[in-house]
Amino acid sequence: MKPAPFQYFAPVTVDDALALLAEHGYDAKLLAGGQSLVPTMNFRLSQPGVLVDLNKIADLAYIRADSDGTLRIGAMTRQSTVERDPLTARHAPLLAEAMPHIAHRQIRNRGTIGGSLAHADPAAELPAIMVTLNARFVIQGAGRRREVAARDFFQALFMTDLAPDEILTEIIIPPMPPGSGWAMDEIARRHGDYALVGAAALVTMPEGDLCADATLTFLSVGETPVVATLACAYLCGARIDDACIAEAARMAGQEDMDPPGDIHASVAYRRKLAQVLARRVLTRAFQRAKDGVV
Amino acid sequence: MTTQLFGQPIKRNEDPRLLTGQALFTDDVKLPDMLYAAFVRSDFAHARILSIDVSGALEMPGVVAVYTAEDLGAYWQPGPLLVPPPPVPDLVFNPRMQVPLAKDKVRHVGEPIAVVVAESRYQAEDAAEQVFVEFDPLPAIVELEDALLEDAPLIHEDLDANLNAHVVQHKGDYAQAAAQARLIVKRRFLYDRGIAAAMENRGVVAAWDARAERLTMWDTTQAPVVIRNGIAAMLGLSEMQVRVIAPFIGGGFGPKIMMFYPEEVLMPWISMRLNRPVKWIEDRQENFFATTQERGQIHESEIAVAEDGRVLGVKDVFLHDAGAYAPYGLTVALNSQCTLLGQYDVPHYHTEFRSVFTNKPIVTPYRGAGRQHGVFVMERLLDLAAKELGMDRVEIRRRNLISPEKFPYNNEIIYQDFAPLVYDSGNYGPALDKALELIGYRRFIDEEQPRLRAEGRYVGLGLVTYVEGTGIGPYEGAKVTVETSGRVSVASGIGTQGQGHFTSFAQIVADQLGVGVGDVRLVTGDTAEFYWGAGTFASRGAVVAGNAINAAALAVRKKILQKASEELEIDQEDLELADGAVRVKGVPASAIKLGDLAARANPTRGAVKPGTEPGLEATDYFGPERGATASGVHAMIVEVDPETMLIDIRRYVVVHDCGRVINPMILEGQIHGGVAQGIGNAFYEQLVWDKNGQLLNASFMDYLLPTADVMPVIETDHMETPSPLNPLGIKGAGEAGAIPVGPLFAQALEDALSPLGVEILEIPLSPNRLFELVNDA
Repeated sequence: MKPAPFQYFAPVTVDDALALLAEHGYDAKLLAGGQSLVPTMNFRLSQPGVLVDLNKIADLAYIRADSDGTLRIGAMTRQSTVERDPLTARHAPLLAEAMPHIAHRQIRNRGTIGGSLAHADPAAELPAIMVTLNARFVIQGAGRRREVAARDFFQALFMTDLAPDEILTEIIIPPMPPGSGWAMDEIARRHGDYALVGAAALVTMPEGDLCADATLTFLSVGETPVVATLACAYLCGARIDDACIAEAARMAGQEDMDPPGDIHASVAYRRKLAQVLARRVLTRAFQRAKDGVV
Repeated sequence: MTTQLFGQPIKRNEDPRLLTGQALFTDDVKLPDMLYAAFVRSDFAHARILSIDVSGALEMPGVVAVYTAEDLGAYWQPGPLLVPPPPVPDLVFNPRMQVPLAKDKVRHVGEPIAVVVAESRYQAEDAAEQVFVEFDPLPAIVELEDALLEDAPLIHEDLDANLNAHVVQHKGDYAQAAAQARLIVKRRFLYDRGIAAAMENRGVVAAWDARAERLTMWDTTQAPVVIRNGIAAMLGLSEMQVRVIAPFIGGGFGPKIMMFYPEEVLMPWISMRLNRPVKWIEDRQENFFATTQERGQIHESEIAVAEDGRVLGVKDVFLHDAGAYAPYGLTVALNSQCTLLGQYDVPHYHTEFRSVFTNKPIVTPYRGAGRQHGVFVMERLLDLAAKELGMDRVEIRRRNLISPEKFPYNNEIIYQDFAPLVYDSGNYGPALDKALELIGYRRFIDEEQPRLRAEGRYVGLGLVTYVEGTGIGPYEGAKVTVETSGRVSVASGIGTQGQGHFTSFAQIVADQLGVGVGDVRLVTGDTAEFYWGAGTFASRGAVVAGNAINAAALAVRKKILQKASEELEIDQEDLELADGAVRVKGVPASAIKLGDLAARANPTRGAVKPGTEPGLEATDYFGPERGATASGVHAMIVEVDPETMLIDIRRYVVVHDCGRVINPMILEGQIHGGVAQGIGNAFYEQLVWDKNGQLLNASFMDYLLPTADVMPVIETDHMETPSPLNPLGIKGAGEAGAIPVGPLFAQALEDALSPLGVEILEIPLSPNRLFELVNDA
């Protein structure tokens, strides 16, 4: 379990990192927190010829809030920093609620928010949370900068919209509209394991019990974060009660997804867990919306 | 003898060194000019090797040598048969042992094919990727029941079937029991186990000193003396030329027994051949294939009971998975067979097993060593019989317990120590009562469970009993020396892997010699310090080595009294040992420090009397006539979330009887660790193989060990029924915690989910499996 030989660079600016990517192309791999990449290298499942370490680029680690409540997080911000920063709890409470579910504290101390998103593991929490929050990602290439919606970023298993010469540099989380409610939960065998299924909900119910908008996203049920489209459509405009939530949860588990079976959970069990989690997170999210927390 | 230290929860002598990182483990051994080895292992479970090309690897930077089976010449030999077959009539036994490097054929994934030796482990692994092996894949035997099909591919082609052994044993006549029975319950049971997953993987450092003509070997083995003897014989060296050191080891649990693993056999050979030290440290991924493990059995079982719940007889026929080779004989399957009857007085027993070869890694004992499988079958049969008779599950157990006056109790069949299975002592009823009281059985059944069910909650209780055959022979020995410093050194041949030997053995010696526990320095696992021994396995360390150490300490005590009696010119009966000195009873001023007495016993001038030995030192041995039988009861209360099938263990109670307890704190640690491994086995761990014999979860990401958050608080209580088979009255305790957890989970979860009507006949379970069982019900 020793990695194959590789060249190692530790640039101190984004431009230097981009130049290295331009030079080495597909041979190069970016090292962020290393919590996924290093194990796969030790297993020799991944054998990059060149490792470009982003840890020396101080400019990529920050959390800021714009005056309108938009939250901006530098891609190299440690997950534990995101977890603890009061700006997270204030402007993206769903993200704050999700953070403790990510692996173990030691891993969050090292793992970065951008690293997890760029790795695009469908069992990870952050991709599903960013999709739910309708986040946008800033991507830099040599002499260019673009933004992409989280929903469009995750393309397939471990595959994203990132080109080999690009770096994810910032995560932009828009403010929640008034009357929002949120919740995240997951089922894992042991604390810190990848979830068998996880679910995140963000709903808006500005007045009474009429749902204005709902996003329900799952992790570990497909190749990317899976948005429960039918369930969300069913909820929008609906009068929210237990029966309505139960029906939306049923649709999510039974119609909105085509989950895989593996050694830990069969297809049927995953659907069941998705349904249970959907009901639990929707109930909590609508309750929070009703309570007028935001 | 005073007993002030024996029985005390004394903090462990070894912990400061372990906790501050000062203790020596095999990977800490770094020698000048040391080389590093990495292995090329089979990707296939079953294949012919057509060719091996090492030329590319030899060109790689830092590579010193690459060896295949062909290079080994006469050194290439199958490993030894470690345990011969038991003396059972009409036994069929086809032993086939592992080889150092596969020659013509591979028989399981991970079987070593070539070894690369380089200046660093990195370089060795890089070069190992450049060894090209051409395989002709063969169909693999993965499922136990496929092994004996008529058209099954042969794993060992010199045999006419994949049959490792067939053993039939009887007590009484089961047919007679069946004929008289009011009820016969029959079921098919599956019991699977996994890897020991010791915190430290295996490792070997071998260093040949050509000038001194001595080989030193640091080895993560539980049995250094046996390894020393074997390696010396294989290399054509005298045993005196080979020193095996088993330093601190991060957990043994069975797989580190005297296996003569390929890596263990090859490192000394490589060191002699290259005349340089060489190190191999197993990595975690290798551990899933290269270290032995336990696995499944399939039992077809029936129990014959009378109207009043008395068990008239049990019939059990099972298949046992030996893996690709079977160097450890029939120990695991024999343990299943011989532990099944447990604490119960069963007059008629037919037991029969077939051990079969499969294309999976080798099966050898792992904590519990097959006892789990047997206990699961019996405890489940009792639960099912009680249900059919409308009887309380505790009542059916109580009615069948062996009563105290029946000890020694003879189960007649032959045990793993080749003697008839005789329980030395036991007192089962009071332990059961204690467990019932601790778990609050009646209150839970009569009040709490009905109330919780009415609230829509799924909470169940489990309660099971078991015995553990422990402390088998052949023998252990020890040398106890009082040094002139007054400190006492103790050397024994067994290895230590975290059992607290440095403390519990010191307590025994300290009591005999009147010194402090901290004044006793223990050495285990170094063949240069003690020549004889068998090893640490079968819960025998405290029983066998403990009594040997006691005997040697007693002999030194006699020498002290003899010498002091001469020095002080007083009768021995008037002397006492206390505070590191010997003195006239009640006359502290008369005290001679033991160190001074040791110096007087080893004078630089004058004469040591003919017929006496210098110094205050003695060596003695202990070999029990047969094993001592420990016992216990586990009970738990568990809640199941009926939607997700996640569980929450609300109470866990262990009442345990391992005879006289040396150190209750260390004993509790043994029980906690065992229960953790039991919970892992029951609900988290499972080796998952595909149809080609590939292991699908060879990492700790997918092979789920129990973590702190899934462990309950364990409430323990002890009974002390001394063993009559050794002077200290000790029984072993190493495996007890792990043995009955499977049937405990089955019973408790079945109870919790009883409104949904499930029957649980298998281990391991998981939330996913419970979901399936509930949906099928």
